[in-house]
Amino acid sequence: MTQVAARTWTEVRAAKKSPIPEGLWLRCPSCGQMIYRKQMEANLHVCPECQHHFRIGAAERVKQLADTGTFQPMFTNLAPTDPLHFKDLKSYADRLLAEQVKTGQVDAVVSGQAFIKGRPAMVCSLDLTFMMGSMGSVVGETITRTIEHATQAGLPLIIVSCSGGARMQESGLSLMQMAKTSAALARFDDAKGLFISVLTDPTTGGVTASFSMLGDVIIAEPKALIGFAGPRVIQQTIRQELPEGFQRSEFLLQSGIIDRIVKRQDLRSELARIIDYAGK
Amino acid sequence: MLLTMSSFYQLDFERPIRDLEQQIEAAEARLKAASAGTEIVGVPPGVVANLDEIDAVPAADLPGHIESLKAKLSETTRKLYDNLSPWDTVRVARHPQRPQTRDYIQFMCKDFCELHGDRRFGDDPAIVTGFARIDSFKVLVVGHHKGRTTQEKIACHFGCAHPEGYRKALAKMQMAEKFGVPIVTLVDTPGAYPGLGAEQRGQAEAIAVNLREMSRLKTPIISVVIGEGGSGGALGIAVADRVAMMQNAWYSVISPEGCAAILWKTANEQTNTAAARALKLTARDNLGLGIVDDVVQEPVGGAHRNPAAAADLLKAWIVSQLGTLKGVSGDDLIARRYERFRKLGAFQETLEEAVAAEAR
Repeated sequence: MTQVAARTWTEVRAAKKSPIPEGLWLRCPSCGQMIYRKQMEANLHVCPECQHHFRIGAAERVKQLADTGTFQPMFTNLAPTDPLHFKDLKSYADRLLAEQVKTGQVDAVVSGQAFIKGRPAMVCSLDLTFMMGSMGSVVGETITRTIEHATQAGLPLIIVSCSGGARMQESGLSLMQMAKTSAALARFDDAKGLFISVLTDPTTGGVTASFSMLGDVIIAEPKALIGFAGPRVIQQTIRQELPEGFQRSEFLLQSGIIDRIVKRQDLRSELARIIDYAGK
Repeated sequence: MLLTMSSFYQLDFERPIRDLEQQIEAAEARLKAASAGTEIVGVPPGVVANLDEIDAVPAADLPGHIESLKAKLSETTRKLYDNLSPWDTVRVARHPQRPQTRDYIQFMCKDFCELHGDRRFGDDPAIVTGFARIDSFKVLVVGHHKGRTTQEKIACHFGCAHPEGYRKALAKMQMAEKFGVPIVTLVDTPGAYPGLGAEQRGQAEAIAVNLREMSRLKTPIISVVIGEGGSGGALGIAVADRVAMMQNAWYSVISPEGCAAILWKTANEQTNTAAARALKLTARDNLGLGIVDDVVQEPVGGAHRNPAAAADLLKAWIVSQLGTLKGVSGDDLIARRYERFRKLGAFQETLEEAVAAEAR
C-alpha cells in the first residue's frame, strides 16, 4: 500500500488479531487435507489441494484485486449509529462496538478507487467478518456514494458481495438501503456505466435482492452460496431435503442467473477483460 | 351469527370487546322478550360472557343499560386499538377477516380489468394486476393477494409471490408508464416465497430489478401497506412517490418470528413480542423514521371490523395523492422519488479531513 493521506483499511486491520485462528497448519474444510497456512494465503486464500475458496475479509479482497498500492479508500468518514435503540439478547450499540474492536473496522464495507491491471475503477467490497457483512445504513450509504461517484467520474464499478442480507438491527432503514442502492444503479445505468457484480460465499437476502443481482455482468466465485432465502428457511418451508449443490454458483449458472464462474486467481484478469469489452 | 363470531374473535386482546358485545346481545334479547311478554331462560348457546349482571337489571331499565353498554363498547374498542402492542398489531394485520387487495379493488374501484401473466413463465395469483378506475382517475392497480378460501390461499401461497409475480408486476407497470397511467400498489405479504422454484427462477433478481426499474418509471406511483409489509417481498412493489401504511399494518426488514428465531435463538410468544417491539414495525414507528409519508386511519377496531369503511378511508387517501401528483412531469417525479429514498438511513458522518488527521 502506498501511504496516501487518508487512513487505509489495511493499516487499521494490521494491528488487530486475524479472525482466522492462528497456526502454521490448518485443515481444509472441503478436502480435509492439512495445508500450510502461508502457502494457502499466498495462493489468494485458496486451498492448493482442492481449490476450496476460503472466505476473506474486505481488506484482503481489495488487496487482491487492486494493482499494488493503487487502492485509495473513500467514504471512510461514515460510522454506524443505533437509530432504533435496538436490543435483543445484546444491544445493537454493544454489538457494534464489539465488532469494531474485533475487526478494527467501522462497518461491513470498504470502498475506494483503484487500478485493476492498469484500468481505473471504483472498487467496493462487503466484509463478512463484520456482522456477517450485513447491510445497514452505513453499508447502503457507502455503496450508494460509490455508485454516484462512479457515475460522476465515468468509472467502471466493481462490487464484491458477501453478506447475510439486510441488517435486522436497523429494520426498516436497512430495508430502504435496498431501494436506495438500486435506484443509484438505475442512474448509473442511464449514464451507461459498467457494473460488474462479483458474488462470493455467501451472498443472500436483501443484498442479493438489490444491488448484487443488478450487475451488467454477474460473476461468482466457485461453489459460493448465493440465494434470496437461506437454505434453512427453504427447507422449513418446503419440508424436504434440498438437492445437492442447490443455491451454489454452479446451480445459478445452470439456472441462467449468473454470467460466469471465475476462480479467484483469474478474477483480476477477468475483470480487466470485461472492462476492456464494456467499459468506457 | 355466533359461528362467525367465534372465528372473528381470534385475538386474545379483543376479549373485553367480545364480552361487551355478548352482554349487549343478551340484553337486547331480554328486552325483546320482555316486550313480547315471554321470558328468556338460560344463556344463549355460544355465549361465554358473564351475563348475571344483565339478568339483575329490571326490564324497564334495559334500554338505558344497553345504551351505556354500547358507549362502553366503543370506548373499550377505541382504547384497545389505540394502545395495541407491536406484536398485537402484527396479529391484527394478519386477521383472516382483514380486507385484502381484491376486496379493496371491489370496494374502491370501478370497471376493474385484470391483466394476467408475466409472458415468460406463468401467472402468479399472489400478485394481482390490472387497470381500474378510482374516482375520476384511471390507474393500474398492483397488489399482493393472500386469498380467502383455503384453496385460494394455497394458490396464492398465502400472499408470498414468486419471481413471475414480480415480473408480471413490472411488465404491467412499464406498460402503465407507456400510456401515462398512474400506478397504485397495495402491499400485503409476509415476504417473497422461499422455495426451490423461486430460487431457480431468480427470486432475488426479480425483486432487485423491480427496485431499480420502479425508481425510474416516469409515471406517478402510490403505495400503501394494507396489511403485512414483509421485507424485500413487500418493497418489490413499493418503490413509490408516496408511501403510506394503514394504521394496523406492519412493515419491516423481517417478520418478528424470523427475527426472534435468529436473534433470540427461538421464536415463541415472549420473543416474538420482544422482536416486534424492537423492529419498530408499526405505522407510527415507520412514519417517525420517514419510511412512510402517511398513515391511513382505519375504522375503530381495525379494518376487519368494517372493511367498507376502511376502503373509503383508503380511497380518500389515494385520490388525494393522485391529485397532488397529477401534472408533475415524469422527470420531476423520478428526481423526487430518488431523493425520497436517497435520504433514508441513519449514520454518523465526520469530515473526511478529520478522519485523515486522526490517521496521521
